[in-house]
Amino acid sequence: MELNKTILITGTSKGIGRYLSEYYAGKGFNVIGCSRSKSDLTVENYHHFLTDVTDETKVKEIFTFIRKKFSRLDVLINNAGIASMNHVMLTPIKSVEKIFSVNFTGMFLFCREASKIMSKQKFGRIINLSSVAVKLDLEGEAVYAASKSAVVSFTKVLSKELSEFGITVNSIGLTPVKTDLIKGVPEEKINSLLDKLTLKKFTELRDISNLTDFLIGEESSFITGQNINFGGV
Amino acid sequence: MKISADQIREIIYESINEINSFFNKDKQLGIKEETVLYGQDSRLDSLGLVNLIVEVEQRLTDKLNLNIDLTDEKALSQNQSPFLTVKSLCDYIYNHQNQQTPE
Repeated sequence: MELNKTILITGTSKGIGRYLSEYYAGKGFNVIGCSRSKSDLTVENYHHFLTDVTDETKVKEIFTFIRKKFSRLDVLINNAGIASMNHVMLTPIKSVEKIFSVNFTGMFLFCREASKIMSKQKFGRIINLSSVAVKLDLEGEAVYAASKSAVVSFTKVLSKELSEFGITVNSIGLTPVKTDLIKGVPEEKINSLLDKLTLKKFTELRDISNLTDFLIGEESSFITGQNINFGGV
Repeated sequence: MKISADQIREIIYESINEINSFFNKDKQLGIKEETVLYGQDSRLDSLGLVNLIVEVEQRLTDKLNLNIDLTDEKALSQNQSPFLTVKSLCDYIYNHQNQQTPE
């Protein structure tokens, strides 16, 4: 059991975030989650904030809560993200702004505020969820892939800026997971994507917690600035 | 409620004390208004200044419920940097909150 350790996960009302928040609460972490909608997770060591990850004031309130209640933050997992498939010529500018706002700006905000707490305690683990769309240059996902590419690039630079504080920063390149994020994607598109993988199958939620367990471990202090892709990509 | 300059100065002094705890005696900052925080005459390197600013911001929020971004465009576009000395930083925060909170 990981008593007295604190983990913050974004986008926890459903999908990967919902799974990880229950998983780490079950391991004894103090879990703080946030999303734009309510969470149905009702365990004592889970605290939920109704927050848009791009709302700077609300995001800062989460970190004030963490400082006052727990005085530390061990792990941040930036999971919140949105996707949109479209040909570039048919992509509205609003869609571009929204995707970058959630996938990049939101992630940036949480990293910045988490760094402030973690640097003082000289320990921290930050994991940013990216996508294999970055490496596979998937057609129809130009904007999504570009936003996740920004996440990977930011992760690498941040890992250098925070290295002297005992904070590691890594990203995970997700392959398709059966969540709402891909609900609207046609089956043939998903199958075509799976075909590009070395291991042609969906990522299971357990695969994700297996990797996050590894990256947040105290023994993983020498692993930073890495982007780890699933599926052999 | 308006926050006094004394309260702000006290927050800055507390933050300096916190930062000093990581430094050797010859690198420590003085607890006085004239202490230089930024520039050639400062004992702080760039990362030390970053740590001090973060410390001050967090204490302003936690102790005085004052949310202020000390490195926003307004701060960076001042004719004279707010980070030159303890006094200039104190003055900047005091004036900033007066603009935020109508009397």
